[in-house]
Amino acid sequence: MNPGQDSRGNPGQDSRGAAIDLRSISKAYGSFKALDGVSLHIKAGEFMTLLGPSGSGKTTTLNVVAGFTEASSGALEVGGKSVVGVPAHKRNIGVVFQHYALFPHMTVSRNVAYPLALRGVAGAERERRVRQALDMVKMADFGHRFPSELSGGQQQRVALARAIVFDPPLLLMDEPLGALDKKLREWLQLEIKRIHRELGTTFVYVTHDQEEALVLSDRIAVFNRGRIEQIGTGRELYDEPATLFVGKFIGDSTVLRGAAAISGGETAIEIAGQKVATAKRLANGGSPVMLLRPEKLTLARRGADGDGRNRLTGRIGEAIYLGSGSKYEVDLADGSKAIVRSTLEADNFAIGDEVEVLFAGADVKLLADDDKADLTLT
Amino acid sequence: MSASEPTIPAAERRWAWRPYALALPALVLLLAVIGYPLLTIVARSLSEPEWGLQNYIWFFSVPINLTVLQRTFVISTWVTLVCVVSAYPYAYLMTAVGPRVRLVLLLCVLIPFWVSGVVRTLSWVILLQDSGVINSVLRSLGLGGVRLIRTQTGVVIGMAQVLLPFMILPLYSVMKGIDLRLMRAAQSLGARPFRAFFTIYLPLSLPGVYAGAIIVFILALGFYITPALLGGPRSTMLSTLVQTQVLSLLQWGRGGAMGVVLLVTTFVLLALAAPVMRSKYREAGRH
Repeated sequence: MNPGQDSRGNPGQDSRGAAIDLRSISKAYGSFKALDGVSLHIKAGEFMTLLGPSGSGKTTTLNVVAGFTEASSGALEVGGKSVVGVPAHKRNIGVVFQHYALFPHMTVSRNVAYPLALRGVAGAERERRVRQALDMVKMADFGHRFPSELSGGQQQRVALARAIVFDPPLLLMDEPLGALDKKLREWLQLEIKRIHRELGTTFVYVTHDQEEALVLSDRIAVFNRGRIEQIGTGRELYDEPATLFVGKFIGDSTVLRGAAAISGGETAIEIAGQKVATAKRLANGGSPVMLLRPEKLTLARRGADGDGRNRLTGRIGEAIYLGSGSKYEVDLADGSKAIVRSTLEADNFAIGDEVEVLFAGADVKLLADDDKADLTLT
Repeated sequence: MSASEPTIPAAERRWAWRPYALALPALVLLLAVIGYPLLTIVARSLSEPEWGLQNYIWFFSVPINLTVLQRTFVISTWVTLVCVVSAYPYAYLMTAVGPRVRLVLLLCVLIPFWVSGVVRTLSWVILLQDSGVINSVLRSLGLGGVRLIRTQTGVVIGMAQVLLPFMILPLYSVMKGIDLRLMRAAQSLGARPFRAFFTIYLPLSLPGVYAGAIIVFILALGFYITPALLGGPRSTMLSTLVQTQVLSLLQWGRGGAMGVVLLVTTFVLLALAAPVMRSKYREAGRH
């Protein structure tokens, strides 16, 4: 009955994860398209994070995979078998919810034993596997407690144990740490990473927290308005964002807009009367967007030597001391804001200081303005 | 405990009883309309026509009294069962629909409260009697008549209808607190919907079932008008016997003794049921 039932006899061995294949999944609620042609291949044993703002379709995607929501169209395979039309209780997929969803009338042990009881695992074997799962989340001493006697972090660990105790080939997590405070969240992130390593199960993790996504994932799929904007490792998304949305969502960034001026092989962008050289070349004109990461920018006093780098003038609008360095917001001449991170002790700027922002043309990412896909980069 | 412990100033302590004063009007009323009459009944059951236990001895030595006492509990049990079975899906529906439909459903529950119990019972007479609506329909369908009025079945139907709101409202208040996402969690763990209902939803809704059942059962025990109008001699309940003793025979002592027996028996049953109903778990922190 359960597709993954045959794998339950050999816990803790090799890669037992299932590959997942979503092809052109769409989900419409009336005229609203919650998912608009989502295609995503997740490798067996991979830690894939679905990242995006609320309402971007990441949770809907998770619900489609779990079987809570039926897609309007598209194909969905788990472990090489189509699960379209298979009800949730037959999919053998572990799910961890943001709200824990522990059964309040059962002790921790009975909660974790619940999926085993449904699968006819009884007696000493059931006890052994409950203990093993609780050991894995370090909750072995809490078996006799009721969920209401546990803290949020403890409840979520029990929920995790309950979702892995039946050895599902796929584990889905829907913002599992969303309701917890920062310290606890950071610690549990590392715990989840460890459990993923030990189990070898495929993990699909939904979050709106880009830092969390970077900490946890092998790869990240960035969602926006029911579509996937980009799929890649954290480094790929940070260094080579495919769209302005991805660039702004992952990490801090400075976004500059201007008219392109193509002369010879060079593309320059004119911003507030100042020409900015870039390493990329534009095939046509239009209004591209420049994206710059904070650590690629340098601050200097007015009139300092720029080593032939691009320079934009501005005034310090905000100076934030971060311990390991400082973060500055610079109000530029054209009204936009530059975000600069400096690790140098010497560079000490105060709010109101007149400065120049220096950066190399090679560090400029040229992107199409959102909703204006007429730009061709070569 | 220690010297540094803050002490409550005497002036504040003097006024600490004040919140309790809020309950005073209700307490006075309860003592006046329940406490005093109850004591009077107990006293008269022991003192009329003379001091002693003769009224109680009479009650337990006349077989018909015991038959009626037993029947009172049997009918009340049936009424409670009918109420649980019919109120459960109704209360669930109230939690599942949107706010506007819920309001309509709630009004359907409450409207009978605004109609006098006598009027409602008389409408049941019209429906249930041998030449009544139900039997006319059955006969026109060729199914033959059913004897409903002046039977226990008729009494149970009428009482269940009157008492249904007391079952639906506590059930609804418990059910609306049940996190339906738990059902989704159960399904993801491998439970078919049927199984998820019996292992998760039903146990979580039991406090509401118990609360409603106790209210309905206790109210049913003391029912007078409905069994008197819908029932016959074979469905007499204890309240009718009390009425006969007190109003027709002017035997205040015997009537009082019957009331005390009913009260004590009810308390005993409640005490027996209490351990079962005591919630084994605390409400989970709802997200």
